[in-house]
Amino acid sequence: MPTLMNRRYFLGTSAAAAAGVIAAPSVLRADTGTLKVGTYGGFFQDSFDAHIYPAFTEETGIKIESISEPTGSAWLIQLQAAARAGQVPADVSMMTQIARLKGEKEKLWLPLDASSLANSANMPDHFIHKYESGEIYGLGAVSWYINLVSNTEVYPDAPTSWSDIWDAKYEDSLGLLALVDNSFLLEITASTFFGGTAILDTEEGILKVFDKLAEVKPNVRLWYRDEGQFQQALETGEIPMGQYYHDVTGLAAADGQPVRSTFPKEGGVLDSGSWCVLKTSERQTEAQTFINYMSRPDIQSKLSRFVGTAPTVAREKTDLTVEEFAAVSSDIAPIIPRYDIYAQRGDWLNQKWSQLIAS
Amino acid sequence: MRSGVALKRSVLRKSGKLIPLYPTFFLVVFFLVPFTVMLAVSFFHRVEGAFFEPAFEFDNYLRFFDPFYLGILQFSILLSMAAAVLATAIAFPFTYMITRMSRKAQVVALVLLLAVLSLSEVIIGFSWSTLLSRTSGISNLFVSLGLLEKPTSYYPSLSAVLIGLVYLSVPYAVLVLYPPLSRLDPELPEAARMMGASPMRTFFTIVIPLLRRPIMSTLILVFVFTLGAYTLPQTLGKPSSWTLSVHITDQAIFQANLPFAAAMAIFLLVVTLAMIAVTSMLDKTKSEGDTK
Repeated sequence: MPTLMNRRYFLGTSAAAAAGVIAAPSVLRADTGTLKVGTYGGFFQDSFDAHIYPAFTEETGIKIESISEPTGSAWLIQLQAAARAGQVPADVSMMTQIARLKGEKEKLWLPLDASSLANSANMPDHFIHKYESGEIYGLGAVSWYINLVSNTEVYPDAPTSWSDIWDAKYEDSLGLLALVDNSFLLEITASTFFGGTAILDTEEGILKVFDKLAEVKPNVRLWYRDEGQFQQALETGEIPMGQYYHDVTGLAAADGQPVRSTFPKEGGVLDSGSWCVLKTSERQTEAQTFINYMSRPDIQSKLSRFVGTAPTVAREKTDLTVEEFAAVSSDIAPIIPRYDIYAQRGDWLNQKWSQLIAS
Repeated sequence: MRSGVALKRSVLRKSGKLIPLYPTFFLVVFFLVPFTVMLAVSFFHRVEGAFFEPAFEFDNYLRFFDPFYLGILQFSILLSMAAAVLATAIAFPFTYMITRMSRKAQVVALVLLLAVLSLSEVIIGFSWSTLLSRTSGISNLFVSLGLLEKPTSYYPSLSAVLIGLVYLSVPYAVLVLYPPLSRLDPELPEAARMMGASPMRTFFTIVIPLLRRPIMSTLILVFVFTLGAYTLPQTLGKPSSWTLSVHITDQAIFQANLPFAAAMAIFLLVVTLAMIAVTSMLDKTKSEGDTK
């Protein structure tokens, strides 16, 4: 349990977090001799340490120092402060898409040599991140789904649609993520009731979506920031339904917990992390070797098997069996988060969202 | 011989001059410098979708003057006031009774109580959310006692937040109240009893007025302490019970908007200091009035 809690562990639960953000860059001094790779502390990092890094070192001779990073902007702020001080807390980091875009605006990421990233050919365009100049600065690392989850004892029949969370029979029984840009509830609402996320192009459209989303509030028991908080409540049936990560729900079910993750007919939310190299890193060659290695279809398959993430390369390129693929992904077209709107009007969205859930 | 004494004196005098340097050093390094950095950042320019850049503008403060944030500020202050009053109301009679016990019993009681201080806010939050839950919480006990028909959930709610904050602060309140209460001359309440006052009357008319100042200090300490609470409001409360500290953390950690977070933090600090100043002034006026 504790390790699962930590996968995308939000550092915000600790009072020390704020202090850590400021203090960390001076503590994390640049080391030499190895490539420092940051992944989300907890389950992700443990899985990478056990299943991915040793084989990489064996094949390439490049040693990995595994760095634990918090998700969201906390790590981004630390990286930015470190770069200003000329330090390198991690050469390569797995970044959420919004954090990656913020870094792009600041030119925080080191431009990479495309010829060293041949395996990027396996990836769809949206996983090849480029500066306006056309230089590549990052590649998709892993994908994961946020799905409709439910307690199998409380609800013997699985819900099938996102629209179920608006159903009055689920009054005061849902757990939803507490932030506008990690719950992606705007995208979910738009895809379920407005025929897709295009309505989020304008402020007017977004306000319409907010109005519809407001109707879900009587059903929400818990707006959670901390994954552990919701997972425990879901397993005991205290909060028997909600949105949650497909991979950890699957692991909990495999552990015998009465929980299930359902791909709704409108699609699960496909979120992802990408590899970016900090501009102050002096290990560009090693970093490129690592990112290129991680983009190989067989490594993506391995990640699906051992970490439970969905591959960032096309399905037909992987050697995943039908069952293995079904365990981590679905043929239903996913809802792709509109990261661009958070980069464009994040502050406005954040305030509207806070007012919506707090009122 | 004489010169030796003089030398010693001068060394003592010199080291005496050095003494204030130690607290000054700590205050400068751990308070003044970080505070100045935060103050500076609060005037910086927020770059939407990125970070911030050095500037001198009041936008971050102006943004705070939105009914939404002012409402949260008001709520946070009222919540902390309620927590301060409840924690002090619980801690005061508790501490008074402890000081009337034998020395040995006092030590045991205090050690048990101080053990609570070793629990982090996170653990307290999770424990209370379990205790107040429908599936495994205290309502099941009420059901077995026949007080309730079926188990119910008491969290997330405003009362759950308040319970958590009071639980967190009572040990601190006891710590502040214990020294003055144990120094209280037992002859004073005894005299009141001999004059025929009931124990309750003695407590309210003799003990409490004598300890007005320590009570004020406790109220202020708990108020300030709970104003900074972040974990408990967000684990035990609905979004409407999220305090300004929760929103400050959201801005700093999740929105990467350090200038706005800093401005909110400075504003909260200024309001808190102003409230403490007003309270102590009122207290001073009152005690001057008393002596006249």
